[in-house]
Amino acid sequence: MSMTAQPVLTSNKPVISSRGLTKRFASRVAVNGVDFDIFPGRCFGFVGPNGAGKTTTLRMAMGLTPLSGGTLSVFGLPASENGPAIRARVGIVPQADNLDPDFTVEENLRVYASFFGLSRRQAAPRIESLLKFASLTDRRRARTDTLSGGMQRRLTIARALINDPELVVLDEPTTGLDPQARHVIWERLTELKMRGKTLLLTTHYMEEAERLCDELLIMDEGRILDQGSPRQLIERHVEPEVIEVRSGGGEALERLAGTAGCRLERMGTCLYCYTREPAQLIAVLKDAHGLTFLHRPTNLEDVFLRLTGRELRD
Amino acid sequence: MNLWRIPTARAGALAVWRRNILVWRKLIVPAVLMNFGEPTLYLLGLGFGLGHFVGEMSGMSYLAFLASGIIASSAMTTSSFEGMYSVFTRMVPQKTYEAILATPLEVDDILAGEMLWCATKSVFSGIAILAVAAMLGVVQGWGALWVIPVVFMIGLCFAGPAMIMSALAYNYDFFNYYTVLIITPMFILCGVFYPIDTLPLAMQGFVQFLPLTHAVMLTRSLVVGADLPQPLLHIGVLMLYAVIGYYVAVVLVRRKLRV
Repeated sequence: MSMTAQPVLTSNKPVISSRGLTKRFASRVAVNGVDFDIFPGRCFGFVGPNGAGKTTTLRMAMGLTPLSGGTLSVFGLPASENGPAIRARVGIVPQADNLDPDFTVEENLRVYASFFGLSRRQAAPRIESLLKFASLTDRRRARTDTLSGGMQRRLTIARALINDPELVVLDEPTTGLDPQARHVIWERLTELKMRGKTLLLTTHYMEEAERLCDELLIMDEGRILDQGSPRQLIERHVEPEVIEVRSGGGEALERLAGTAGCRLERMGTCLYCYTREPAQLIAVLKDAHGLTFLHRPTNLEDVFLRLTGRELRD
Repeated sequence: MNLWRIPTARAGALAVWRRNILVWRKLIVPAVLMNFGEPTLYLLGLGFGLGHFVGEMSGMSYLAFLASGIIASSAMTTSSFEGMYSVFTRMVPQKTYEAILATPLEVDDILAGEMLWCATKSVFSGIAILAVAAMLGVVQGWGALWVIPVVFMIGLCFAGPAMIMSALAYNYDFFNYYTVLIITPMFILCGVFYPIDTLPLAMQGFVQFLPLTHAVMLTRSLVVGADLPQPLLHIGVLMLYAVIGYYVAVVLVRRKLRV
């Protein structure tokens, strides 16, 4: 393959590049002709509902499952034949923690270092700094099953950094964490980005995507729906402001539906009025009785729901 | 990424082997107790109890006959159970393989490391039995130490098929099939408790295909000093099982973990 010889500027060379990437399983198409480029030093996010093809795309990039079609290169190497060489330069944080329950915090890091061919002596200073990074220095001799969910996640992230990777891949890094733990993870990931690491994460938390990612790719059913910065996506797909009206009676909602200048979306007993000119509607709502409403700027969640629909995904 | 390509185990296999040693060291007291306890019970109970009535078997004391066979069967069970229950635990519920596959290691390396570890555990059990047998005075001399590399080979031989079972299993109960249909019959039929030439003729031919028969021939000869006309044949059978078992296990685990 001629992928390594592309005439592009070095600084602008993508870390991961895919064209027409496809993955078929026996009964379904998980990834269906996907093109994207991930550039160094940036945080790139895959967002999409369950089953969108996010995790499958990551697994193909790491050489853990073969492609069914298209091309996919990581560090300029074709992914499917270069799994070990690619993974030597990547830190992978899996969806569910898979720390070794037979070992302590420190042993988890030391044993993992050995899988990268690092000697005990090479690993020792890295382990110290990673324990500090994960705020686990005083728990170093604790068994991993005695750690809280947030601590386990921090240890999993620290473990993924043991080989000093250029690219860190995180599959739903904060799923199942409480708000405090989630904010600590976000802060650590921001720190990694400032150190110049390229981050690639999947998430279905739009707040997380908006906060961390420079560029987003919205996926559904194996296809890319749109791609851009969080700001661009919001500007492209939704009005700048929304008024959420919550009401007991359908009658009040119908009356509102007549109000001009609004794009309406209904979800159960809640009505979303997307608009550029909220003043008129707010005046009406203030006079109405039995209605509660919330006026806020639109965000990525509005974009996401607009593009992928509001039906349940199971 | 071809499922069937020839496996290439690299240095990473040793990291997997070291990981398992590290875990074993944390549980060393019950592990060593188990290594000594069970064979001692067999040798004292059956060797002396049954040996009292049997007297000599194949020109040696029954205790010597039994001890030299139990070394092989114990290597088989140690390696098989590690290759089934422990390997399955790491592969499926504990997700250790998923974690290791996020490093440069591949399934080829992981299973090579597991296999070395299964064989190492067999050696621990073999040394324990040899020590007990030596204390009971049925070992031929220092030459019996050659049984240790042979026990390692026996461990390799049984690790492969056991890992195949792990790749095929969907839960722990699945292993009962292998234990009841393969391990126990070999334990009973392959010459651990009596010489195979007392079996019906057709049966004698059949047990020649079972690896434990060859394992017992080797260990009996080395521990007690019995005649061994065709050592290379026996070694060859063990290695054949080891190589084929490893290859099939690698292919099946690749298939299981790549989705």
